[in-house]
Amino acid sequence: MKRVAITGLGAITPVGKTAPESWRAVAAGESGIGPIDIERGDLVTCPIAAQVKDYDPADHFPARQLAMLDRVSQFAVITAREALAHSGIDRDDPALRQAPTIIGVGVGGMQTLDDNFARLYGEGKPRVHPFSIPKLMTNAPASQITMDLGLRGMALAVASACASGAHALGLAFKMVRSGEAKIAVAGGAEACITAGTMVGWEALRVLSADTCRPFSRNRSGLVIGEGAATLILEEWDHARARGATILAELTGFGANADAADLTSPNAESTMEAMRAALADARLSPADIDYVNAHGTGTAMNDEVESAVIRAVFDGAPLPLVSSVKAVLGHSLGAAGALEAVMTVKALQEQLVPPTANCTDPDPALGLDFVAEGARRTPVRHALSNSFAFGGLNAVLAFSAAGSPD
Amino acid sequence: MSVLERVKAIVGKQIGRDPASLDDNSDLAEAGYESLDVIETVFAIEEEFGIDIPFNANVGDSVQLRTVGDIVTVVEDALAKRQSR
Repeated sequence: MKRVAITGLGAITPVGKTAPESWRAVAAGESGIGPIDIERGDLVTCPIAAQVKDYDPADHFPARQLAMLDRVSQFAVITAREALAHSGIDRDDPALRQAPTIIGVGVGGMQTLDDNFARLYGEGKPRVHPFSIPKLMTNAPASQITMDLGLRGMALAVASACASGAHALGLAFKMVRSGEAKIAVAGGAEACITAGTMVGWEALRVLSADTCRPFSRNRSGLVIGEGAATLILEEWDHARARGATILAELTGFGANADAADLTSPNAESTMEAMRAALADARLSPADIDYVNAHGTGTAMNDEVESAVIRAVFDGAPLPLVSSVKAVLGHSLGAAGALEAVMTVKALQEQLVPPTANCTDPDPALGLDFVAEGARRTPVRHALSNSFAFGGLNAVLAFSAAGSPD
Repeated sequence: MSVLERVKAIVGKQIGRDPASLDDNSDLAEAGYESLDVIETVFAIEEEFGIDIPFNANVGDSVQLRTVGDIVTVVEDALAKRQSR
């Protein structure tokens, strides 16, 4: 079993075009939620979303390349470039050429799909752009990263709705830990704030009309977000040998399925997923100082996730718990990867990000949600929770780079 | 057909029960409603009556849909609002 280092981070979010910019806003609790601004927005009742703003794809891609990239793939490629540059890995490193690329995606190229359906059914036009299919396929973000960076290892998309990014990282982690790959490029991407998708979310009756307030008594539901994150996973000794800065260690992965309700979480199996991640990392609850919660801001998630955390940590000191979704919104397939980036930053900076907008922490939930602002405190090990529609759970365990072996 | 009869037909279809076995006081959860049945019913009611129902499970003061009669009240309120416009 090899140790798995995190040596590169990339992110694009509603609060920043890079991982450091996004982390700064997350740590400061500055929310990226605002008035929704989309094509055909008159069809949408929900007035808010967490959108990537002031973004011009032409800043990142020449016209010929851009023609092949849905917004979701643009985000994925931008973050993969950032993560690879951050890692300092030589572009000619044979381990990079053979690196697997695993990218979580909830729904794929929805901008392309929504625009095409509007043309066909709305405007009555008879044809769509010839790249429509390769733009909207769910593997497009992973494929586009391989083409942009010359990565020739196994590449694919992972789809598990709101846990996609975490599952992608978990699978990449297993490949590096087993010795199958020395470097892996993994993360998640989503860009589905379109009229069609938003109308679909509205019908589920879970969207907030004002903002996202996880774990707060005045909660009002979740807010849809978008963005992407990519992490470079690297065999510990490979990273050390090239003198890389190791940001944190990925130490465990626990995943399972509720096999129960389509949308309501199941306490027993989410608890088992958290325990499986701990066991995989050979950690006990007392080792964990921070849990980056799934924390969507719905009444259901607040109640179930809090109860599960209290149960897992029964008999051990309760960890600090926070949700970054009040800042980033719920970026679905990207969320698990974005939250992994924030968890790595928390370990690296020894700073627990706050739950923004948690103005009235719900005492019934029985946990410290870091509501008042980022807290400087020793963070030895942390968990990041992702729970998806379809009852799919994925929990990642991270350890500070300087933790004892 | 009255609002109550039309609501009973939708609720009965949702859980595979004879609408005649339902009345105003029928409790949806006791009748067999699970998490997704409520929002499917909200959708069916909105389509049937051409109205919007302000239901959000995350908001404490949003409309409460516990019984068949609750649904009827919400529908009648929405229809009255539409007529007064």
